[in-house]
Amino acid sequence: MSDLISMTLAEARDAIRAKKISSRELTGAFVSAIEKARPLNAFITEAGEQALTMADAADKRIAAGQIGALEGLPLAIKDLFCTKGVRTTAASKILGNFVPPYESTVTQNLWDAGAVMLGKTNLDEFAMGSSNETSAFGNVINPWRAKNSNVNLVPGGSSGGSSAAVAADLCLAATGTDTGGSIRQPAAVTGRVGLKPTYGRCSRFGVVAFASSLDQAGPMTKTVKDAAIMLKTMASVDAKDSTSVDIEVPDYEKLLEGGIKGLRVGIPKEYRIDGVPAEINALWTRGAEWLKAQGAEIVEVSLPHTKYALPTYYIVAPAEASSNLARYDGVKFGYRAEGVRDITDLYEKSRGQGFGAEVQRRILIGTYVLSAGYYDAYYSRAQKLRTLIKRDFEQAFEKCDVLLTPTTPGPAFGVGAKTSDPLEMYLQDVFTVTVNLAGLPGISVPAGLSENGLPLGLQLIGKAFDEATLLRAALAVETAADFKHSPAKWWSV
Amino acid sequence: MSVDKDTVRRIAKLARLAVPESRLEPMAGELSGIFQWVEMLCEVNVEGVPTMTSVVAQKLKWRKDDVTDGNQADALMINAPGGEDHFFVVPKVVE
Repeated sequence: MSDLISMTLAEARDAIRAKKISSRELTGAFVSAIEKARPLNAFITEAGEQALTMADAADKRIAAGQIGALEGLPLAIKDLFCTKGVRTTAASKILGNFVPPYESTVTQNLWDAGAVMLGKTNLDEFAMGSSNETSAFGNVINPWRAKNSNVNLVPGGSSGGSSAAVAADLCLAATGTDTGGSIRQPAAVTGRVGLKPTYGRCSRFGVVAFASSLDQAGPMTKTVKDAAIMLKTMASVDAKDSTSVDIEVPDYEKLLEGGIKGLRVGIPKEYRIDGVPAEINALWTRGAEWLKAQGAEIVEVSLPHTKYALPTYYIVAPAEASSNLARYDGVKFGYRAEGVRDITDLYEKSRGQGFGAEVQRRILIGTYVLSAGYYDAYYSRAQKLRTLIKRDFEQAFEKCDVLLTPTTPGPAFGVGAKTSDPLEMYLQDVFTVTVNLAGLPGISVPAGLSENGLPLGLQLIGKAFDEATLLRAALAVETAADFKHSPAKWWSV
Repeated sequence: MSVDKDTVRRIAKLARLAVPESRLEPMAGELSGIFQWVEMLCEVNVEGVPTMTSVVAQKLKWRKDDVTDGNQADALMINAPGGEDHFFVVPKVVE
């Protein structure tokens, strides 16, 4: 059983195609692993029964010779993707009982390719957070623990349920969404791969909106090859999302081959930040050496506006969030407060009771920066900074093909360690947020262990719509790092 | 930029968010911390820099103004917290 669930997506796909295992066997193994792993709280909704039905249907198709790209492969879905007939909460009380009558395009693409849904994974409420501690459905616990310690750690966020599920072998792969680092940061602190594609690569239709100009769906997987396989199916141009881009989706898996000889790898000097532990910078240097040893050319580049990225993000993202979340008013769907005086009271109380503290904070920030008299000072200025940040990348990419940076300023931290100061939590995204502001693709690859035995990731950043080169560079890091560690399964004794 | 309790009350009203009286003061403190931090954007000369309107260079798509979906009244009502027949029920709006 444990052999089945520890397979990579590519291995499981090949085993199913070779008829060595059935989808039902594989799915059954995951369903029972998920039940045993409830202490991790990785899932908001388990869909075991439905998963087995989907597996049986896949097995029938396989027997009939109709084999999709992901035929019979069990996946976990972040509970931000609407799934028809299966509760979709965004980890918020305000959507606690919401059952979508439609399917998101990304998940529809996965089911059309034959994949099996195991359930909906936990996240920070409306994807706002970096530790999965703002969920209305409780914290997710990182499967990893520090050396000689049994202290519970956070799995990163906002895609913390997905990162925990992949790291704990509760699925072959998972979907995540990334607005400021929400795929890459949780993947890094759980020792797995997380890919945020270029803005527009995957459709946002049916993904609960946080900040529409930054949100992008992507895969969270055990290996770079698995990320390539997942992205191929997740990505599509979609009439239901006018920002999805009509550029052919290449066969990323095939394009992985060929090595990185002659690839120019940029090292942005502004990413050497005060207060970041020495082991993070040491790992970064090692990463550059790995790539150099495989024939890449290392070049120093400058992204001068890097330090303005986080404050820019904390104007742009809340502004968009306050607009997007205006729809939750207790009338057409979602939570409705009881005992109200009038319609305004209904709105205010439904929203006051339905949204958690971090979401309320961001709605207030967003409302303020968009309000009369402050719009120019905050929002317009931030949108200009965004232009400058994107320009930095364009200039850097004249000298290089990909950029190499750390993913996070440190390994996973303890539950509750950073919840008292919002600013300290926001700094988790210092290396990842620039990529969203510039709309670029970024990937985190597990690269080593910290001094206390916790996984650390390296991030690669690519040119817009050049995920193929990005993945090839990521494969080179993965090969050199040879990261074979997995957490001890302390939750299922 | 520092934010006081009255400002929090005002923006909460604009956001249609019931923030309890006891939360106004702490929220003012948290927001002040965040606004003081974003103040650093003022160091940058943004004279002549265009505001970003689209992160990926693309033309907005056009489509024919055709009806492509509809007659979904039942599906629309399944999540309504106060729904009767095909109506969303709310407190009395007109006296």
